[in-house]
Amino acid sequence: MATEILSGKVHVQTTINGEQVDFLAEPRESLLEVLRDHLGLTGAKEGCNNGNCGACNVVMDGALVNSCCVLSVEAAGASIETIEGVASPEGLHPLQQSFLENAALQCGVCTPGFIVAAKALLEENPNPTEYEVRWWLAGNLCRCTGYDKIVRAVLDAAERMRAEA
Amino acid sequence: MAIDTRVAPKIKHHDEEYKVIGTRPIRHDGLEKVTGEARYGSDINLPGQLHGKVLRSPHAHARIVSIDASRAEALHGVSAVITSADLPDPGDKLTTGGEAPGLPVKFKSANMLARGKVHYHGHAVAAVAATNQHIAAEALKLIDVEYEVLDPVLEVWDAMKPDAPVIIEDLYTAKADGTTAEEPSNVAAEMLYEVGDVDAGFAEADLVVDREFTFGVVHQGYVETHNATANWLKDGHLHVWCSSQGAFTIRQELADLLNHPITKIHVVPMEIGGGFGGKTTAYLEPLAALLSQQTGHPVKMAMDRADVLKATGPTPGGYVRVKMGVTNDGTITAGYANLAFDAGGYPGSVVGAGCRCVFAPYNMPNAKVEGFDVVVNKPKTHAYRAPGATHAEFASETVVDEICRTLDIDPVEFRLKNSAKEGDWQLAQPPYPRIGHIECMEAARDSAQWQTPLETAPGKKRGRGIASGFWFNIGFTSSVIAKLNSDGSVTLLEGSTDIGGTRTSVAMQFAETLGIAIEDVDPIVADTDSVGQTDVTGGSRVTFATGLAAHNAANDMKDQIAEGLADLWDVAADAITHADGTFSANGNSATVREAAGLLEEEGVFPIGKNTVTPTREGGAFAVHIADVEVDEETGKVEILRYTAVQDAGVAIYPPYVEGQMQGGVVQGVGWALNEEYVYDDDGHLLNASLLDYRMPTALDVPNIETIIVEVPNPGHPYGVRGVGEVPIVPPPAAVANAIHDATGLRMSHLPMSPPRVQAALAAQA
Repeated sequence: MATEILSGKVHVQTTINGEQVDFLAEPRESLLEVLRDHLGLTGAKEGCNNGNCGACNVVMDGALVNSCCVLSVEAAGASIETIEGVASPEGLHPLQQSFLENAALQCGVCTPGFIVAAKALLEENPNPTEYEVRWWLAGNLCRCTGYDKIVRAVLDAAERMRAEA
Repeated sequence: MAIDTRVAPKIKHHDEEYKVIGTRPIRHDGLEKVTGEARYGSDINLPGQLHGKVLRSPHAHARIVSIDASRAEALHGVSAVITSADLPDPGDKLTTGGEAPGLPVKFKSANMLARGKVHYHGHAVAAVAATNQHIAAEALKLIDVEYEVLDPVLEVWDAMKPDAPVIIEDLYTAKADGTTAEEPSNVAAEMLYEVGDVDAGFAEADLVVDREFTFGVVHQGYVETHNATANWLKDGHLHVWCSSQGAFTIRQELADLLNHPITKIHVVPMEIGGGFGGKTTAYLEPLAALLSQQTGHPVKMAMDRADVLKATGPTPGGYVRVKMGVTNDGTITAGYANLAFDAGGYPGSVVGAGCRCVFAPYNMPNAKVEGFDVVVNKPKTHAYRAPGATHAEFASETVVDEICRTLDIDPVEFRLKNSAKEGDWQLAQPPYPRIGHIECMEAARDSAQWQTPLETAPGKKRGRGIASGFWFNIGFTSSVIAKLNSDGSVTLLEGSTDIGGTRTSVAMQFAETLGIAIEDVDPIVADTDSVGQTDVTGGSRVTFATGLAAHNAANDMKDQIAEGLADLWDVAADAITHADGTFSANGNSATVREAAGLLEEEGVFPIGKNTVTPTREGGAFAVHIADVEVDEETGKVEILRYTAVQDAGVAIYPPYVEGQMQGGVVQGVGWALNEEYVYDDDGHLLNASLLDYRMPTALDVPNIETIIVEVPNPGHPYGVRGVGEVPIVPPPAAVANAIHDATGLRMSHLPMSPPRVQAALAAQA
């Protein structure tokens, strides 16, 4: 574990979107705080700070987590994927393209969390039913869309990804 | 069953064909919102920035005996502590401009930071600036406040009793007849609307149904919490970055609350993570500004979710009574309604809007509506999507359903027979212009859901309900400034913050009028220094009013292009015609792109601009159908199928019209079935988290089928009606009527939560 306590702060070495990252954090700071306030990765949002809304979703060592409920020091040695790493230099991820084409966002503040969560779903289950999409995304709150277009966008992206696979 | 709602059926009641309007382009700001690059208010971090936090009252009603911040100020890392003593005394000043002019600034100021008394659990008492939010949070615990706890009054029916504790000692009822009460009370205002002879109307009736309804407090539930960052420069310039529905409104409120000149206040609208009426007023901005002034540093503040639920403006709970009289052939003869809404800790609920809407779908010769704005020990309530209409029409649409059941009249036929139409009276308004309630009802009757019998299942209690909804929409002021670039593209500055695709719906109207492609318009939400006065994104007004400003600005640009070409072509400007984006005269012709190039060579760069305050917003109707299944054991109600029909006037940007409809439905379903503030007897809010204030998830609702009806609004060049708000109005009544169909129960309280339905089922048995 690459952690060393420096004057009340902990040196943490981790991997974010494939890049090795070092940061200093107070042990009480959450991973979400570090991402947003120290590393400038503001795509993950704080909606509740207690794991109820999913706006801060990131993937940590392959598992979908609420980064507000992960202490930053727990990131030591982990591999973290955030919304900023979803698109590639070649272009948008099929989910991102599908969200745009299906009008699956309104205010957009929950969108990064939904895309990170949906990507984790499709990596585990490339051919989900509508019910499975709704079940998986029940940890993400959206107050604008009524979910209809989000669910369609995920099903649509899944279909495209299966066709390309 | 898979239902394809991707492209909604559209039922047009006009012959217009457009090139851009009605198409489905990808929204201009979409890319940065799917990549996480879009900048919302709390995504900003300034050099030297401090973090602010607010100390909130643990009591619902108490006198503040003393505040001692010395221990907090001594904490390492704390830079400043402020209380209401740091806010200018507003005296008798009234608010100017903005959404609600003419209200006492003292109430708004005291809601910012409590002055002498706390009026609700969570009321702001002091604020701290520190080097980080954790130190700020520690400092809050070191502020010593001594309270003298008073008895709270939580419900309007208690607050209106003659012996109720008076929350605001100098509040005298503004009576409906224009006089003022002589004794203080919790009733801030009374209102009365009358048409015809209501007693004679009820005397004509063969059937009178008279019912009472009550409502819990609900929150808008936007996913982004409130935030503000302020930088008060030493020369008095104040820069504020915030997530608000109206940057100009925040600027006005800062000027009112801080006694600061408006020219020195610069508000930058960041992306906003939902608002629904709850972000139309300042909470943190004045505090961040004062803390910045005192510390000489930028100060960033963000609420946590508990703060949002406790101390921002949810929409009122309260009471509605609706009485309607009909003849045996199903003709409405009279209506009476009495609405009492809780304003929260300070005056100003949305009860007036509820009064206007309660009978709006119907042509009623005799009606009387009374409204009461009542102060209670809860957070100062605010607008929530068609504010007041959902309460009012839950009551009236439930009564209409009962009338139909009693007289054995089809609920669609009853509504068609009694529907309001062009030329009919509106409460306290000019007669209706062309409206689309009948067309919506016909579309609902012809919809796949209404035409498909409800699927029964053995042992399952299933039912179907239908309800209408009306919201009047609002005009207010909007501005657009459009700059023609030399390549023929247009940079369009608009003042309306974009919460759901309005950059594109505004730009589409500009593109249609100028005759260019939507991709050639780059819409930008501008700050308060860069565009003309623009009121809040609210009242379903942006696509209507800001769209009108864009249309007018495009016409202004067209005139300027024609004038420039007139010099080049040596013709009179008014001899130049414009069709399909091409200017022509005397054998010359130029597209907008070509004209831009020609004018650039002449040093001419047209800027089209417009500021407009339209008043013919039209009004929006919706008709919803809900199929439900009621679990007899738990009282849980499941939505099996749902269709929303709505008159959009003309749907400028259909995917986002559908999105507004679907989103409104699901908020309405949450209100109908689950959402409610839970208080203990002492007025403590018990469910200030998103686990306990539970909004619908993707798993709680089905796909929402949408049908767009187009009955153009005669008050807009493209026939636009606002679409954002009315879809929240019918769901509670549609669901309640479906519950009745399934069980025979008439529910009279929102939400119709599982324990309430279960108790009603038990009482029925």
